[in-house]
Amino acid sequence: MNVGLEHYLVVSALLFALGLLGVIVRRNLLVIYMSLELMLNAANLALVAFSRFNHNLDGQVMVFFIITVAAAEVAVGLALIVALYRKRETAHVEDLTTMKF
Amino acid sequence: MTGIFPWLILFLPLLAAAGITLFALDHRAVSARLSIGAVVISFALSVALFVHGTRGETRFNWISLSDGAASWIVDIGLRLDPLSLMMLLVVTGVGSAIHIYSYGYMHDDPGVGRYFAGLSLFTFSMLGIVLATNFLMLFIFWELVGVSSWLLIGFWFERPAAADAAKKAFLTNRVGDFGFLLGIILVWAVLGTMDFGQLQKMMAANPALIGNSTIGIAGFLIFCGAAGKSAQFPLHVWLPDAMEGPTPVSALIHAATMVAAGVYMLCRVHFMLAADALEFIAWIGGITALLAALMAIQQNDIKRILAYSTLSQLGYMVMTVGLSGVGGNPSAAMFHLTTHAFFKALLFLGAGSVILALHHEQDIWKMGGLSKKMPVTFWTFMIATLALCGVPPFSGFFSKDEILATAQRTSPALFALGVAVAGLTTFYMFRLIFVAFTGPVKSQLPDHAHESPAVITLPLVALAVPSLLAGFWGIDRFYASQFGTGEAEAATGWVAQLTAPFAHAPGAAFGGLAAVVIGFLAAFALYWNKVQDPLPAMLGVVARWLRDRFYFDELYAKLIAATQDALATLADFVDRWLIAGLFVKGTHGSVELTGRLLRLVQTGNLQTYSLMFVAGVAVLLLFMLIR
Repeated sequence: MNVGLEHYLVVSALLFALGLLGVIVRRNLLVIYMSLELMLNAANLALVAFSRFNHNLDGQVMVFFIITVAAAEVAVGLALIVALYRKRETAHVEDLTTMKF
Repeated sequence: MTGIFPWLILFLPLLAAAGITLFALDHRAVSARLSIGAVVISFALSVALFVHGTRGETRFNWISLSDGAASWIVDIGLRLDPLSLMMLLVVTGVGSAIHIYSYGYMHDDPGVGRYFAGLSLFTFSMLGIVLATNFLMLFIFWELVGVSSWLLIGFWFERPAAADAAKKAFLTNRVGDFGFLLGIILVWAVLGTMDFGQLQKMMAANPALIGNSTIGIAGFLIFCGAAGKSAQFPLHVWLPDAMEGPTPVSALIHAATMVAAGVYMLCRVHFMLAADALEFIAWIGGITALLAALMAIQQNDIKRILAYSTLSQLGYMVMTVGLSGVGGNPSAAMFHLTTHAFFKALLFLGAGSVILALHHEQDIWKMGGLSKKMPVTFWTFMIATLALCGVPPFSGFFSKDEILATAQRTSPALFALGVAVAGLTTFYMFRLIFVAFTGPVKSQLPDHAHESPAVITLPLVALAVPSLLAGFWGIDRFYASQFGTGEAEAATGWVAQLTAPFAHAPGAAFGGLAAVVIGFLAAFALYWNKVQDPLPAMLGVVARWLRDRFYFDELYAKLIAATQDALATLADFVDRWLIAGLFVKGTHGSVELTGRLLRLVQTGNLQTYSLMFVAGVAVLLLFMLIR
């Protein structure tokens, strides 16, 4: 079987959809976070695939940027979640409704 | 040298008014001197101009707008011609007498300064009307007359009746002035100029213009203004109420100024009045003359009798303007205006003298026997009465005869009406004389009456002279020279002048005389030595109608109240339901509803937001792909 661009893209789309589903339905902040990472990496996969099939490195360069930014984001996000947990003793989104009208 | 005279004549009274208001409001003597001085100097300058025979215009550009081809130029100018020269003399001459008299009459009033400032402003405004060269300037001074009459009629504003009368005069005039302004705008829109001289030239160059229907409508509208100021039916209601002002003010309003303005203006623009408009004017004048004369015979207030008499005489003048016909000669109206100014001012000042002597009692049925107590007042009053009735050789005879002769030539119906009014005039004036001056004393008041001081009697005597002699001075021929029609040769000698009317138009002269005699006999039969009015018993309900002035005031009050109520209801509906209901509450309600609905979207749940975000992206994607 010959693996083509569309296979990569389908996998990427499935990963993205899975991540999105996780973000929407899960209630635990940490899991939502992990799902977000999954979505980022789905995008990364698509970019790498494009890069390979288009024979240029633009997509890979982009991926490096995304990994870097994601790492920073994870650091900040996890720090926020830890701080929130310490303050509220919970990491569930239902309990974090202070800003709701 | 004489170039500056007209400006001085016009502005001296204004300077006096300004000076009094700024510096001398609390100084009785100073304010009186300023005001009297201004008007007397104006009079002297007018005499100088008259003797010198100055004619022509002086003017400067006031507003000058040009837009390519069209240009709009408004001048402030002063126009000297026979019409304005004679009016200058009348306004400043009669005005001088009234100013001097005022000093005696208003001596004890605390508001003397304010009074004289108003009087000077009034004189200034009237002189502006007389001298104006164009419609706009005329209208400005026209309104100034309205303002100053408001100030003076409401001089004793602490009395509600005076304050109401001032408002009534002002508002009634406003109704007429609205039409006047529309007429002026119409003239300007159609003919492109407001200057009297240019308009007259235009009319002369193109006689077909006067048949133009727009010009005809403009003529009607302009007459509205005259009807307001000269108190013609149906706008006559303000004038009798204007009696609430001080008596010299009544004299000023009723004789030389204000009411004269309407007739003067009609003569000024006579060249552009169409035949329809003139006929309308004639009938309005006739109706006013008759109605007012009828109302006068059942009034009991000495000033009100004179007020209705003024109305009636104004009706005469307006009727004459109307009867003179297109391109005709309305000089008889101006002649009567002039003689009327003399004797009506005299009548009012005489009435003022009586009122002063009786401590402000105005009911003639509380007077009586005053002829012996106040001989100067009585005899001058008598001269004015005879002049008003049109007894030869008094001035009123000549002017009234000219009016009747004009009517006889043109309209038999109005001639009959005029003769009837002449009879009624004699009747109500001698009723006044018999009740107030002769006959038994009807209350304690006249017992203590005594002749007024010289400052009051001197103007009376001064006005009695022209009231007696003005018919011999050729005033009518002087006016006629304004209108350029060849008048009959002037009779020379006193006797010839006196008999000329009888030879010239015997029907009018003898008709008028017969009316006077009948009126006098009727008054004599009914009122000689009477202590109460026999007429109400004889006429019953008719007398009540006459006394209550045909209920015009009540009718207007009802009409105006009904109109205002309807308007108020409409305004209330619009405000309550349309503006407050639909616009304000509607806007507020729909915004709030939208807000409440949109608030439901803001759950505060991040995951809902992200779901919506994704849904939005999905919709966009779908949209892009389907396209």
